[in-house]
Amino acid sequence: MAHSAVVSSEQYNYEIVKKFAIAAIVWGIAGMTAGVYIASELAWPFLSFDIAQITFGRLRPVHTSGVIFGFGGNALFATSYYIVQRTCQARLAGGTFWPNFTFWGWNLSIAIAGTGYLFGISQGREYAEPEWYVDLAIAVVWVVYFLIYTVTLVRRNQPHIYVANWFFMSFILATALLHIFNNLAMPVSLFGAKSYSLFSGVQDAMTQWWYGHNAVGFFLTAAFLGMMYYFVPKQAGRPVYSYRLSIVHFWALSFMYMWVGTHHLHWTAIPDWTSSLAAVFSILLLMPSWGGMINGIMTLSGAWDKLRTDPIMMFLITSLSFYGMSTFEGPMMSLKSVNALSHYTDWTVGHVHSGALGWVAMVSIGSFYHMIPRLWNTTIYSTKLIYTHFFLATIGVILYITAMWVSGIGQGLMLRAFDEYGNLAYTFVETVAFMHGPLAARAIGGMFFVSGMLVMAYNIYMTIARAKQEEKTPVVAVAQA
Amino acid sequence: MLKHESIETNSGLLIVLTLVAIGIGGLVEIVPLHYIDSTIEDVKDPQTGVEMVRPYSPLELRGRDIYIREGCYTCHSQMIRPFRDEDLRYGHYSLAAESKYDHPFQWGSKRTGPDLARVGGKYSNAWHTQHLIAPRSVVPESIMPNYPWLLETELDYSDVGARMTALKKVGVPYTLTKDEYAGWTDEKGQKHPGTVERFGEKVANTLDINRAEDNLLAQAKAGNYDGDPSSISEMDALIAYLQVLGTMVDFSKFDEDYFIQFR
Repeated sequence: MAHSAVVSSEQYNYEIVKKFAIAAIVWGIAGMTAGVYIASELAWPFLSFDIAQITFGRLRPVHTSGVIFGFGGNALFATSYYIVQRTCQARLAGGTFWPNFTFWGWNLSIAIAGTGYLFGISQGREYAEPEWYVDLAIAVVWVVYFLIYTVTLVRRNQPHIYVANWFFMSFILATALLHIFNNLAMPVSLFGAKSYSLFSGVQDAMTQWWYGHNAVGFFLTAAFLGMMYYFVPKQAGRPVYSYRLSIVHFWALSFMYMWVGTHHLHWTAIPDWTSSLAAVFSILLLMPSWGGMINGIMTLSGAWDKLRTDPIMMFLITSLSFYGMSTFEGPMMSLKSVNALSHYTDWTVGHVHSGALGWVAMVSIGSFYHMIPRLWNTTIYSTKLIYTHFFLATIGVILYITAMWVSGIGQGLMLRAFDEYGNLAYTFVETVAFMHGPLAARAIGGMFFVSGMLVMAYNIYMTIARAKQEEKTPVVAVAQA
Repeated sequence: MLKHESIETNSGLLIVLTLVAIGIGGLVEIVPLHYIDSTIEDVKDPQTGVEMVRPYSPLELRGRDIYIREGCYTCHSQMIRPFRDEDLRYGHYSLAAESKYDHPFQWGSKRTGPDLARVGGKYSNAWHTQHLIAPRSVVPESIMPNYPWLLETELDYSDVGARMTALKKVGVPYTLTKDEYAGWTDEKGQKHPGTVERFGEKVANTLDINRAEDNLLAQAKAGNYDGDPSSISEMDALIAYLQVLGTMVDFSKFDEDYFIQFR
């Protein structure tokens, strides 16, 4: 086995995968720490210390961009470059220059956008906060990424394109489409940061949530399903449960996700037909989502005992369980009657995090624990620490989402309550006072999750350090002989 | 009959078919919104025929930029839904027309604080100033950050004209020429109403980019929003913006069911 790994590190470009993997962990810790900080500001408002740069409004996009594009994006670059090489049995296209170009281009773009937010440079559109010049840079990086990926696929030494690559391709194409159309804007001047969105009002809202929900659908779902389709079968040592199911749910997911964005705009000034259409497709989407979940979990059939003995498998299967849960919760919340209560409340925030922490982060973490030792041709430093990480992460997510259910559903019910005379039963600020407890619990849930990430960083650091040590040892032995 | 094997052995076909699958949803939902007239309500004063929803004045626009800079939309919505409790708490449900000049829209998605779509005129300028400097001094349970620097920072309005020009390019009826202001007839005999005809002379004057700085100074001086007449602060601009939110449409001039036809 050691022999074949040596061969594959020559055959494949692993250096770029290593870079992206480390960047993902660094961004993960930074972005999640920002998240814990702003969560704490909501529970204990003195924490903004009258410093403009760290108020909730400016720090929140640092958190969202940091975890989505920093952690998620780097994790996807890393795993997609790893998977496309292994499943195509071909070296990554573009030599060493172009993959490195995507690495530096992507990470500098996020760093520039993120520091800009602190100084108030923002488009003011959720999850699309980077200003026009960063958007242009990201577009260039993305086109290069698409070309590297496609050329590698074309050069494959396998007749079939493996299912994981379908999902990555769908993610690359959809992200390009969404990013370009949603960020059309008019700069005030070529030398200034400020721009104004091309669209306004209703059309701007529609475009933005078409983008916003498909950032979830393709960036945070389709691509991570690609990750799942490689690492779950690999770690389980079993083939994918159903080939037919993977075909059906791939096409259904790709087609349906693009319709559902307007469920973020129920009961607003958007025309009713668009929001009804989005609700219908949101409910339909349950089927391809669960198709993916079932295909992943059932891959373990015949190897269920691994759930007791293999903490990496625990991460992967727990992530699929959270995926299944949040893709049930999502369609439910997109029903207009449920949405009337849940919209504008913490219930939405909790839902996002059961997907983002429970599914996206956990499947990435599991994949990293599988991939990183292989990249450095070694074994993990400590399996015990993976267990520790698993329990810290699980407790964190559960604390987070239950706190948000209490806070969100509680506020929703209070806001619509009437007293016996037909007057509003509560003022707005009474709901704010009510939320203090759950908001504090949420911040603590986040702290659990971040501490898990720190344990991971230590474990990975020790793994790599040991691998480098091992690399040197034989050389010394030869010299002495 | 196309077998799936032919897709998964041909990367070009996979790319093309995926693009088709992901393209349709957006096309069907986004494109019609630019062409169906009833998407945005027609809100003209029934007596005078003047358009009620107008672009922001230069001072309000700078205030809106500050609203975006501080990320207010991460905690405050500007979109009232047609429910009884929201009607009692915030007022008439929001119309699409009320954000037709908002580049970008600021409807928001989360109410950590209350909706602001109709906050204009609800509180005095003095209340807003105090509340923005130290929210908990007026609302003890509030969890909003303090924004003391808004009062201390002088408003930079040097590029307000450039900002209005950028917005003009994306369709906001700010004016640069006499024709755009007063209206003109093209060679085919087609009449193009100017801003005077559309919004009335008083509003049309505030939309003139050539007079942007003068208008901004005049409004700040007349409004004295932050209570300190010696300088124009970012607080002046932000409060000018907050005080206009939701005040443009006078709902008393319409039948109760007039707006239903658009929904």
